[in-house]
Amino acid sequence: MRSRDLGFRLGVGLFAAALVLIVAAIGYELTRQSWLSIRQFGLDFWRTSTWDPVAGEFGALPFIWGTLYSSLLALAISTPVALGIAVFISELSPPRLRTPLIFITELLAAIPSIVYGLWGIFVLVPFVRLLETSMPDALREFPLLSGPPLGVGMLSAGLILAVMVVPFTSAVAREVLKTVPLAQREAAYALGATRFEAIRAAMFYARTGIVGAIMLGFGRALGETMAVTMVIGNNPQVAASLFAPQHTMSAVIANEFTEAADALYLAALVEIGLVLFIITLLVNGLSRGLIWTMGRQQPSRTAA
Amino acid sequence: MTSQRTVAARKVLSSLFVGACALSVIVALVPLAFILFFVVSQGFQSLTLDFFLNDPRPVGEAGGGMRNAIVGTLMLTGLAATIAVPIGVLSGVYLSEYRGTRFASVVRFAADTLNGVPSIVIGVFAYGVAVLPFKHFSALAGGLALGIMMIPIIARTTEELLLLVPNALREGALALGATRARAVATVIVPAALPGIITGIVLALARVAGETAPLLFTSFNNRFFSSSFTEPISSVTVQLFTYAISPYEDWHRQAWAGALVLVTIVLVCSVAARLATARLTQLREQ
Repeated sequence: MRSRDLGFRLGVGLFAAALVLIVAAIGYELTRQSWLSIRQFGLDFWRTSTWDPVAGEFGALPFIWGTLYSSLLALAISTPVALGIAVFISELSPPRLRTPLIFITELLAAIPSIVYGLWGIFVLVPFVRLLETSMPDALREFPLLSGPPLGVGMLSAGLILAVMVVPFTSAVAREVLKTVPLAQREAAYALGATRFEAIRAAMFYARTGIVGAIMLGFGRALGETMAVTMVIGNNPQVAASLFAPQHTMSAVIANEFTEAADALYLAALVEIGLVLFIITLLVNGLSRGLIWTMGRQQPSRTAA
Repeated sequence: MTSQRTVAARKVLSSLFVGACALSVIVALVPLAFILFFVVSQGFQSLTLDFFLNDPRPVGEAGGGMRNAIVGTLMLTGLAATIAVPIGVLSGVYLSEYRGTRFASVVRFAADTLNGVPSIVIGVFAYGVAVLPFKHFSALAGGLALGIMMIPIIARTTEELLLLVPNALREGALALGATRARAVATVIVPAALPGIITGIVLALARVAGETAPLLFTSFNNRFFSSSFTEPISSVTVQLFTYAISPYEDWHRQAWAGALVLVTIVLVCSVAARLATARLTQLREQ
């Protein structure tokens, strides 16, 4: 009977091992496919910003810039909202409202990225264009707000990413707030704290996990493809302006992969994918580590 | 610092904070309402019977639809499920039955990592292993990409639901002399089966809405195809093509496609929500 149990264990273990193998295979395959580009350009690939497939020049700086810029912008917009929602649902909301509110925020995560993109093209971008054209001219002096009012660009991308990231951050933040002992709040109230002061104390207690929740949202934003590529303008340039059409790592892969005729071009695109893979791996790993230190066992399965 | 403020000021600050939190809920609901409103109102006008029964027509010719894309999405998700359900469920069984082992934490870590890998990167991987060697795009490659995305979701939901099965059931089966395999197959998994199926349905709904991993694996096809080795259309990739096209008629079809996708997602989420609500109710009895 023991040996039969061993057989079972090995059997299901084999399927579980497939999961580990897939992750390793992704890393291996991406490295192999991008080797040509890694050898040819080395670190210059990430330092130069000329992207000219016809001339065989590949510099990926604009893409990594665009990815970081759009994700950080999304984070700046979404973090206060997501934390507000988490606090409202876990601390303030009447119990009857709690489940429907959780369901509704989960819906935001369930809507396909392509639908966000479609909405972005036909509703958000015209709205942002209107915002840009109606802005007083004096403001155009600022580098952040310079450039022609196209509608497509960094601001639209940041806004749409922010909406997409909110459910992830708020779900994890909510779970993290749940782990704060009730005694914490009771102690604060007993000392005469107002609601805000008690919640602030609870959030301070949970700060590691909350940072983890924000980073998880960051990881999501980094890899988001369709919605971003449909509204960001797909123009590889390093620009500070919110209105400038720019490009991201995932967007350039989505747009140019099927057009990459020669081996070096393809390898360059795969290298962008490889680095995106490594960055999201690090960000997600770090975020999971932070949430895990908060005492949670399964941090990553949220709103999936 | 707070001690120096008057009580009234502290109370005002507190109310402001509560108000801000409530406001942020509304701020998040506005885009959701807007998106649903546009998808439903724009999509509904264009959602005719032709949309389901016809293949795409050349630009300018009325009455084109997405029949080929709908069939394509069904085939791709079917393929994905065929790959992901056995691997996902059995890894979930491993994770819950041998939860304390070191290998289980390695697998759990791998599942969470895979879950966080951007879908476009999974597309690049599938291109490398299933398109390049055969030198052409195929439904198989697209199904593989979607399948890889489903595996970690199914594995983790299965694990979670199996852990909810009361230990007494497991111990009872083992005490009666059942082998571990038998206990799992006839007692533990059946007890959690409705939940596991719910998880699979949710995972399916999620990958059915994926576009990025299909762009260069299953590619696109203007014509009806039911072959696994040919490029195949999908609702999402078709929607993308139509959305970035300059044609009014294609835009309308894109909205109709979006309505179909959102309806699928909504129905699946609501069904899953109801199913899990019933499950927890049963458990609490």
